[in-house]
Amino acid sequence: MKILVCISNVPDTTTKVTFTDNNTKFNTVGVQYIINPYDELALTRALEITEKQTGTVTAINVGLADAEPSIRKALAIGATDAVRINADPTDAYFVAEQVAAYAKAENFDLILTGRESIDYNGGQVAGLLGEMLNFPSVNVVTAIEIENGIATMERDIDGGKEKLTCKLPLVASAQKELTEPRIPNMRGIMAARTKPLKVVEPNGAEKTSATISFDMPPAKGLCKMIAPENAEQLIDLLHNEAKII
Amino acid sequence: MSIIVFAESTDGNFKKSTLEAVAYAAEVAKNTSTNCVAVSIGNVDDSKASELAKFGADKIVSIKNDKLIGFVAEAYAKALANIASQENATVIVVSNTYSGKAIAPRVAAKLKAGIVSGVISYPDTSNGFKIRKTVFSGKAFADVNITTAAKVLAITPNTFNTIENNKTANIISVDAGLTDSDFITHSVEISRASGKIPLTEAEIVVSGGRGLKGPENWGLIENLAEALGAATACSKPVSDMHWRPHSEHVGQTGITIKPNLYIAVGISGAIQHLAGVSSSKVIVAINKDPEAPFFKAADYGIVGDAFEVMPKIIEAAKKLKAQHA
Ligand SMILES: Cc1cc2nc3c(=O)[nH]c(=O)nc-3n(C[C@H](O)[C@H](O)[C@H](O)COP(=O)(O)OP(=O)(O)OC[C@H]3O[C@@H](n4cnc5c(N)ncnc54)[C@H](O)[C@@H]3O)c2cc1C
Repeated sequence: MKILVCISNVPDTTTKVTFTDNNTKFNTVGVQYIINPYDELALTRALEITEKQTGTVTAINVGLADAEPSIRKALAIGATDAVRINADPTDAYFVAEQVAAYAKAENFDLILTGRESIDYNGGQVAGLLGEMLNFPSVNVVTAIEIENGIATMERDIDGGKEKLTCKLPLVASAQKELTEPRIPNMRGIMAARTKPLKVVEPNGAEKTSATISFDMPPAKGLCKMIAPENAEQLIDLLHNEAKII
Repeated sequence: MSIIVFAESTDGNFKKSTLEAVAYAAEVAKNTSTNCVAVSIGNVDDSKASELAKFGADKIVSIKNDKLIGFVAEAYAKALANIASQENATVIVVSNTYSGKAIAPRVAAKLKAGIVSGVISYPDTSNGFKIRKTVFSGKAFADVNITTAAKVLAITPNTFNTIENNKTANIISVDAGLTDSDFITHSVEISRASGKIPLTEAEIVVSGGRGLKGPENWGLIENLAEALGAATACSKPVSDMHWRPHSEHVGQTGITIKPNLYIAVGISGAIQHLAGVSSSKVIVAINKDPEAPFFKAADYGIVGDAFEVMPKIIEAAKKLKAQHA
């Protein structure tokens, strides 16, 4: 069983988002970076699968050298080896092309990604990869078991759940509920220092989009307070003032 | 040239998010002097499909194939991409639902099209093709320029208006040219909570946090939701403790929602929670702590004990419902 897990390096969830250079760049000053939480679930599930049956888990990141702490963390959690494609990951299509180019030569049985990255919220890489590699892709997967080359999965659908099966190879994107994230232990952290982290230069794929600028949502006006003794007034205000119910 | 829109259906019916997508595509078509072609996949009745014209479709393509009754991402994507190529599509619009998200990137890769999801604006074509999307789960917006000839847009539900008119359009039934090799995933079972409003599509959401003390108190949330015709949601710790299903967890690591009204009960308003709900049009915070951060993000606030104020609010909501029944 050969599994590839896509790791994206994102600002910590407590980050106060601000921008610089006339709102054209995300302000990274003082920002802590983490493995995208959904990718962490994908990685943990991949490890659980290879612990049940034999196999390897390769972590791949498209990113610049500053992403390496997150990649090392993936190795500390338990990935067998890691690959960094040395490019700025600003366009999901470009990222998927880089990962697909690497994966083509390696014959992975299963590729796992996060459901979306918590910074750009694209949610596109799994589907793009599936198409580029001619693999099926299943998104927002909340359970996955592999047996005899067949994946049995559960995924979120609008208003419910779907149970489905698919033969490998396959791309699946991890949704919360898939498993609990694993915290690296001391042995893992030590081992990660010497595990292979290969740096590969990107192929010549072109970017399909570019972020021109950022903006913040309009600030909320004052919060109108209602006395708790008259809590029922809320319904009246929502009906007659906000006209929303 | 044309603008293609995926007319997503469930059990032969179109959802509100589908009609929004059709209306959005029609607006883009109007602004670019092209036609809006709606593509319905999976045995939707012609009488039903014809409704899409009322929301702006100039032409309706209906793909009928028994194998497409259930959703299969790779097959749906191929069918949609085939029609897009035949129609010389410049823009392909889908709603950013779970199914929409599953096919949009596959369609994009087939057509070598740039893709933006979480779209919240119409394209600005005055200088390139600029589109606005939410980033950081709603903490900010990004303006993105797509540089490829074809573009795929996954638009955020509950963001764009629909206008009904008297338009009619021809329905063309086509065979999408699919083969067995396009059906690799197999649906085994679908379970949908009946009678419940899916959180992702809800216009009103009532949400509970750790302040409610335990799952046995969720009647306060459910009764208000029922009286308002709302969906229910919760904060992360509440689903982590299994008081509520994971599918109700909203926030940066849960679902991002954008209802017209979000009522937060006993939720502190942590930055990760606000990220997923702050795009809601009107926000109500109910919390016994006057310093709770949620009040800074809310339009209406009540500082009080949920167990005392909620019964009053439920009562008033029921009265309003009875008046309008
Ligand atoms: C990586 C990461 C990701 C995260 N992602 C998310 C996410 O996606 N979504 C999310 O929600 N959280 C997320 N969190 C957790 C977040 O930081 C908060 O811990 C969480 O939102 C708090 O939930 P809560 O408001 O229900 O509970 P608490 O913080 O415990 O707040 C309970 C609130 O209830 C009030 N209260 C208590 N009793 C009553 C009463 N009787 N009547 C009225 N009010 C009362 C209290 O004053 C308090 O404000 C994340 C955290 C991390 C580290």
